Amino acid sequence: MKKVLLTVVLSLMIYTVAQAQDRGLEIAKAAENADLGFKSSVSTLKMVLKNRNGQVSERALEVSTLELVEDGDKSLIIFNSPKDVKGTSTLTYTHKQGADDQWLYLPSIKRVKRISSNNKSGPFVGSEFAYEDLSSQEVEKYTYKFLKADNHLLVVEQYPVDPKSGYTKRVVSYNKDAEYRIEKIEFYDRKNALLKTLTYSGYNLYKGKYWRASRLNMVNHQSHKETLLYFLNYDFDVHLTDDHFTQNALKRS
Amino acid sequence: MNAFKKIRNSANKFAINWARFVIKNKWYVLIASIVLTIALGLQGTMKFDGDYHVFFSESNPELEAFDALQDKYTKDDNVILVLSPKNKNVFTRENLMAIEELTANAWNTPYSSRVDAITNFQHTSAEHDDLYVDDLSYDSKHKSETEIKAIRDIALKEPMLVNRIINKAGSVTAVNITVRLPGEDSAVEVPEVMTSVREMVEQFQQKHPQFEVHISGMVPLNTAFFEASMKDMGLTGIMLLIVIITTFLLTRSLQSTVATLLVVLFSIVSTVGFVGIMGIKLTPPSSVFPTMILTLAVADSIHILITMLQKMKKEGLDKYDALIESLRLNFMPVFITSLTTIIGFLTMNFGDVPPFWDLGNIVAFGMTMAFLFSTTTLPALVAILPFKKRGVKLISKNSGHTLDWYRGLSRLVIGSPIMVTLISFGLIGGLTYLSTKNSFNDEFINYFDTSVQFRSDTDYISENLTGVYNVEYSIGSGESGGINNPEYLKKLNEFEDWLYHQPEVVHVNAFSEVARRINKSMHGDDEGYYKIPETREEAAQYLLLYELSLPFGLDLNNQINVDKSESRVTVTVKNLDSPDMIAFAQRGEDWLKRNTPKAMHAIGVSPMLMFSKLGFRQADSMFKGNIVALLLISLVLMLALRNFKLGILSLIPNIAPVLVGFGIWALYKSQINTGMVIVFGMTLGIIVDDTVHFMSKFLRARREYGYGPERAVEYAFQTVGKALITTTVVLVSGFAVLSTSSFALNSYMARITLVIIIAALIIDFLLLPALLIITSSVKRTKKKYTSILYYR
Repeated sequence: MKKVLLTVVLSLMIYTVAQAQDRGLEIAKAAENADLGFKSSVSTLKMVLKNRNGQVSERALEVSTLELVEDGDKSLIIFNSPKDVKGTSTLTYTHKQGADDQWLYLPSIKRVKRISSNNKSGPFVGSEFAYEDLSSQEVEKYTYKFLKADNHLLVVEQYPVDPKSGYTKRVVSYNKDAEYRIEKIEFYDRKNALLKTLTYSGYNLYKGKYWRASRLNMVNHQSHKETLLYFLNYDFDVHLTDDHFTQNALKRS
Repeated sequence: MNAFKKIRNSANKFAINWARFVIKNKWYVLIASIVLTIALGLQGTMKFDGDYHVFFSESNPELEAFDALQDKYTKDDNVILVLSPKNKNVFTRENLMAIEELTANAWNTPYSSRVDAITNFQHTSAEHDDLYVDDLSYDSKHKSETEIKAIRDIALKEPMLVNRIINKAGSVTAVNITVRLPGEDSAVEVPEVMTSVREMVEQFQQKHPQFEVHISGMVPLNTAFFEASMKDMGLTGIMLLIVIITTFLLTRSLQSTVATLLVVLFSIVSTVGFVGIMGIKLTPPSSVFPTMILTLAVADSIHILITMLQKMKKEGLDKYDALIESLRLNFMPVFITSLTTIIGFLTMNFGDVPPFWDLGNIVAFGMTMAFLFSTTTLPALVAILPFKKRGVKLISKNSGHTLDWYRGLSRLVIGSPIMVTLISFGLIGGLTYLSTKNSFNDEFINYFDTSVQFRSDTDYISENLTGVYNVEYSIGSGESGGINNPEYLKKLNEFEDWLYHQPEVVHVNAFSEVARRINKSMHGDDEGYYKIPETREEAAQYLLLYELSLPFGLDLNNQINVDKSESRVTVTVKNLDSPDMIAFAQRGEDWLKRNTPKAMHAIGVSPMLMFSKLGFRQADSMFKGNIVALLLISLVLMLALRNFKLGILSLIPNIAPVLVGFGIWALYKSQINTGMVIVFGMTLGIIVDDTVHFMSKFLRARREYGYGPERAVEYAFQTVGKALITTTVVLVSGFAVLSTSSFALNSYMARITLVIIIAALIIDFLLLPALLIITSSVKRTKKKYTSILYYR
């Protein structure tokens, strides 16, 4: 009798765990689906870095994204300031499986360099954003566990698949009333301590379907540094194609 | 009746009334003191603060400069684990695997923000137009022999690693864990980190017994401070035992011993309450307070008890009368010696080192309580406890031969006072000259003696791998993004080269090295390009590329500021003493002034430099405090003796012991630390007691009995000789206990105090009587009045 009871309890537990995993994955997929079909977009960004004393440093960027369905998105980032790096651009092919491909164009030597690195966890241009925070959020890059529903917010824990990730987990809050847009992400470091919180605000609805935040605020709780990312505009009518995302295009940008 | 006599009489009357009141209300007094002690004791907390920052006041300019640098880059402390494989070769598959595993585990250290090891070093290499940035040894398990050989060759040529993470021979390596403590409560955070690290290391050694592991760094330093505090607090037990034995030997009475013990315990418990109420966190210097209070407080009780017992035995008085008489004779001396001691300790507040403010205030409070309890609780207890009248002869037997000894001494001084004075002055002069030969040294590693694990581990590291001291410069470019300016980078490179040519330098971590390394990688690993990039754009864009390739925790934020207008140069140096350290940092500053534009001028900062300058800063600030102590204590002395001339004369036996102490120290160690700066004020308050007692007896003999100076000296010897030796024995044993501390700020302070106290006794027995005889040789009119100070 005891054994039976134990089996029942165990299987119930396993069932709940499996259910939480399924539910988490479901939500992540729903969020991805909600964003499907935007094809391509261009936006200009201002990045503001603050250290613990409130000293500020700014960077200006332009980001183009091309949506791909069978593999991860392609993106192109052009640096407009600081002056020394003006015209420097990066091209990234995100992959659903394995390491992303990345190239950098350096105008000072007029050459494209391929960055062969598995390191996606370092800070992006000295900011509190890691490269992995900014790259395309493919569903396959994480495993999931549904945590709780809090009014209109669905909270899901996500565990990175990449062993070189700087995180043990992210806790993502999706807004189920607004096409599963992300409201907040908490990042936990390798020792599972809260490292950073990213808050999305100033959401606008584009083309009646795509929610885009105009302000991203990343706060590092350990270093007390902060980075603000302002999306100054979004253009979904640029009709970019694969040709805009090649090494040659990188040189022209 | 003249005014002085009136005071004397009123003082006597006050003491007698006090004693009568206490005896009458003995139970109330006892209960009141127990209640007071418990009430205060309940407020007591023993919190320790091990953070090395406690040694620096908030306005300390070196601390401000260091904090400013840490605010610009990253504010962090570290734990360095040094691994020595038994096969003397780090580069084997097995060893690299173990190091990789330890590195991964090290990321789990609480508050860790970065882990640097040989395996996760971000090695840059180039192939055609591809730039590879990766861990030097990732997945070591699957590395072939040739790959491991290649890793070894790279590592032993890498300036970022050699003498920092690996030694030249490749036989000793380090895993450096950077932690960012929130700084809310170091009493919680520091042990949290250390417990985790110690557990990790223990597991590592069980699994990989081929490694010897040594642990050092700023967090272990803080832990060592913590542990030194606790250990020195543990000395209280030994001192308590000594107090019991000494009291028993001197009084030959169990009841007296119990009474004394209760008085000192009450004093300490109340003081613990004071520590709790004031919210003082204990540090190694202030954690010795119980031993100090024990040492200083026990003298009060002993004086009162011995007098009482002698009155009972020699004069056959009954207990209450003997007690009243003893209080009458001792109340003022005990009050005055307590007062001078309190003044001496309070002057520590003039210094610039907060732990000594705490020590001064805590002991001053403790002495106040000790005075209160010895004049209330002690007589109450004596009144309550049964004391039997015993035979009269018992004591005088053993004091027989000591009396001869005093007589011999007084004969020597009386026989040739000028000779004694000249020889004494000669010796004091010589030792004073020697005392100027002492130099400050606050190498904080050497605060701990070699019995402390932290010290031996740190010594191992400086002998086998890298230096443990450093100097940092934050070098500005004067403009945003200016660190990519080739002019700046070239100057920075020159500075780096110059530093490497200095004999003290073990390792230099400068941004110019990063710039050279990336430039090389951008040019197909061509050694010819291991130099500063040609243009600002190149440098900036290479840096952007490089920064995009670094993993979590291994970024350049600890080396360049957000604005990219300044970069940090960290110079690791050999073990230097404080003057050499200050001189070295200064040389670096001067080089920058001579060779670089104004924006690049910088001052050297580091914890070691802060400690190096601490002694000088403390000495400067204590100078004023010492003058105040000297003036106040001399004033108290003049008032007590009511004689201006003798007050001035007393300066000699009060100042000379300190000079003698430091002179002897010059022969012993010749290096002094911050802890010893306070001894002048502190010992002055203690040793002045000897002078007071001796002079007051001398005066009494002259004034009351109309003795000539020679006879008056003899009288002083006979009456206070034994008492002075008794208190000196207690003081010496107390400070001898402290001198066994493994922490040099405490042990050196105690050792020199020992020397000073003994010197004070010798001077008071030789030079002081000689001076009294010489200066009184002019015939004086006999005066009838005397000091308010009586002694037996």
